Amino acid sequence: MSSDSNSGCGKEDCGCVSRRTVMKGVGVTLGAAAFARAIAPLTEWAQNISADEFLQKHYKELSLIDLKVVLRRLEKETKEHYGADVTISDTKPQEGVKFGYALNLSVCNGCRKCAEACHLENNHDRPSNQSYIRVFEMQKGSMDMEQGNAHYDKPVPQPDKFYMPVQCQQCEHPPCVDVCPVEATWKEPDGIVVVDYNWCIGCRYCEAACPYHARRFNWTKPVIPKEEINPDQGYLSNRIRPQGTMEKCTFCLHRTRNGRLPACLEACPTGARVFGNLLDPNSEIRWVLEHKRVFILKEDLGLKPQFFYFFDS
Amino acid sequence: MSDSSEASPSSSRPAFWRNFGRFLGNAALESLDGGKLFYVWMFCLTAVFLVGANAWATQVRDGMALSNMSDHVSWALYIANFTFLVGLAAGGVMMVIPAYLYHDDEMHDIVIIGELLAIAAIIMSLMFVICDLGRPDRFWHLLPPFGRLNFPVSMLSWDVIVLNGYLFINVYICAYLLYMRYLGLTPDPRWYVPFVFLSIVWAISIHTVTAFLYCGLGGRPFWNTALLAPRFLASAFVSGPAFIVLAIQVIRRAVGRHFGDGPIRTLVNIMRITILVNLLMVISEVFTEFYTGGAHTSSARYLYFGLHGHNELVPWIWSSIFLVTTAAVLMLLPSIFTRSWMLNLACVLAFIGIWIEKGMGLIIPGFVPSTLHEIVEYRPSAIEWKITAGIWALGLLIYTLFIKIAAGIVLNRTKMHAIPDEPTAADASPSPVPNS
Ligand code: SF4
Ligand code: SF4
Repeated sequence: MSSDSNSGCGKEDCGCVSRRTVMKGVGVTLGAAAFARAIAPLTEWAQNISADEFLQKHYKELSLIDLKVVLRRLEKETKEHYGADVTISDTKPQEGVKFGYALNLSVCNGCRKCAEACHLENNHDRPSNQSYIRVFEMQKGSMDMEQGNAHYDKPVPQPDKFYMPVQCQQCEHPPCVDVCPVEATWKEPDGIVVVDYNWCIGCRYCEAACPYHARRFNWTKPVIPKEEINPDQGYLSNRIRPQGTMEKCTFCLHRTRNGRLPACLEACPTGARVFGNLLDPNSEIRWVLEHKRVFILKEDLGLKPQFFYFFDS
Repeated sequence: MSDSSEASPSSSRPAFWRNFGRFLGNAALESLDGGKLFYVWMFCLTAVFLVGANAWATQVRDGMALSNMSDHVSWALYIANFTFLVGLAAGGVMMVIPAYLYHDDEMHDIVIIGELLAIAAIIMSLMFVICDLGRPDRFWHLLPPFGRLNFPVSMLSWDVIVLNGYLFINVYICAYLLYMRYLGLTPDPRWYVPFVFLSIVWAISIHTVTAFLYCGLGGRPFWNTALLAPRFLASAFVSGPAFIVLAIQVIRRAVGRHFGDGPIRTLVNIMRITILVNLLMVISEVFTEFYTGGAHTSSARYLYFGLHGHNELVPWIWSSIFLVTTAAVLMLLPSIFTRSWMLNLACVLAFIGIWIEKGMGLIIPGFVPSTLHEIVEYRPSAIEWKITAGIWALGLLIYTLFIKIAAGIVLNRTKMHAIPDEPTAADASPSPVPNS
């Protein structure tokens, strides 16, 4: 500023504003106006975010009443954005239940009915044909995934191949949960790793941490025709996820916590899938674990998945 | 800062805080003053920044689908730049150490160039993180007590803490030193020297923690190596000094005063070592990857030679190796100290080479092949380039203004008594800096 007194009206200390200062002011004002124009898309975006949504607390901090209000609000928003009437519930985990899943690689024929059922059940984005399950066509005689192919399009099954579906393994020590900087994802008492879609900040660290490629990000707002929306929804599972947040397989907890089976299992035509309570000694899954030769993927990582593979022998 | 004249430490304590607001205003106005070249430079940076801001706003509105990232390559250009910039910020410490630990007086006089670089680089790296978030509106979920910072388990929460901590330490040191100078007082070592030492430790920590972000992931063998953090530091101590040398060269030209021969010599000597250490570590890593072979080497094979016909990164990484090696050779030549074009060239080559290596060359192979061994390649989209350019432009703009403010104060152009409504004799004193 010291030099400005020389570039003003010419008289020293006359108190008038120098031309240079005026120019600076004009420059800064123009810059600010241009900036406001540049970030205008943000205002359009913000219109879709209600104050209630912005201020919503973490799932675990919601009282029962808060939660009710949130569920009704989400139902209303689904109606506004997608035109569909849905019911969003929040079934809590049951005492003495720990879910496990097993998959018989000897009978899986690679038809991908499970992936399709997952797509429909969980209200996935239609254009990207998203699903929590990827089915790999593997070379017989090798467990090397590098030889696998998730994009096969020949009739199945091929004689020299076997098929291996992969989805979230609901790890006992889930790295995806450890890395989340905001506790937006956690392991429920019944063993299911969930995401609070209204708390996730979309950093995708969990996606980088998961060794099973089990997480999916909403790169855009999911597109689903109104009449295809599955109206039976859970807060922590298959409700339509907001843009910019993470999602994953939840063993269909809105079904399984109510005594039903996961959609992928119901859809499987070969009976390759076995689901049940690991803590119940009489469950089918326990029978499989005790009588079959069972293995888990990437055991060396020490994550103790609750998803098991086996072969008939 | 060291040769403060007319020091009267005991006087005007109450004025100390009262005048701080005026100091900021004064500095802001002063920083916008300059010649034609300065205005052209600022105009260009602002224009690029605005393009980036617009691209970002569009990305937030329409979703990250506008980037070319995918569930397979879920971190890319933004996180690559973030990683590199954390290194750049840490590299600023390579001025602080000689200045304060080895009492290099000449370095001490201009150490603020490095400290201000640290501030600008951290601001940029935080912006890259914000641009990478799918839901930037929820950033407050990171802020205790309203949010739930997953501390100490998540490495990202550590990173948030150390980066912001480093930012605050450096902002404090710079603001304190400049403000004291502005007031015409001698800085009290008790009020800044402990923080300077803290910042040295902290500089190491920011880059180590950032390396731990990646090497803590067991499912990604390319990152899961103990060499990652040391490699980060070695390369940071190349890119940081390289940038500072270039900054000194530019400032010398603009300010028209000769300073910094000694500091440049020191910085080049540092780079001579760090650049070789960096190359050595690249070689050891490449050796362990390729000598034994096996499935764990797929990412490295993808990076250096391409995998099953996919070779998007191959030209990048080889150009990086070429640039860094050339820079190393140039730096080792004795004539580097006499030929300033050679010095500048070496710094530019090293800087770009490390930018590639610690950016895309580090992040992308972590995702290719994916954890289930699928190969999905990535090439940044236009929107990603725009946002990246915008943040770089804003960073350079911030840094330019910082340096201008600091120069104004250090060269006694901006000071307490020079405030227009309190005219004193100091106003008339000739400025050592050519104005406009
Ligand atoms: S499989 Fe992946 S997403 Fe599922 S719990 Fe394990 S780490 Fe998390
Ligand atoms: S993407 Fe969401 S759930 Fe995953 S780590 Fe980030 S905040 Fe957590």
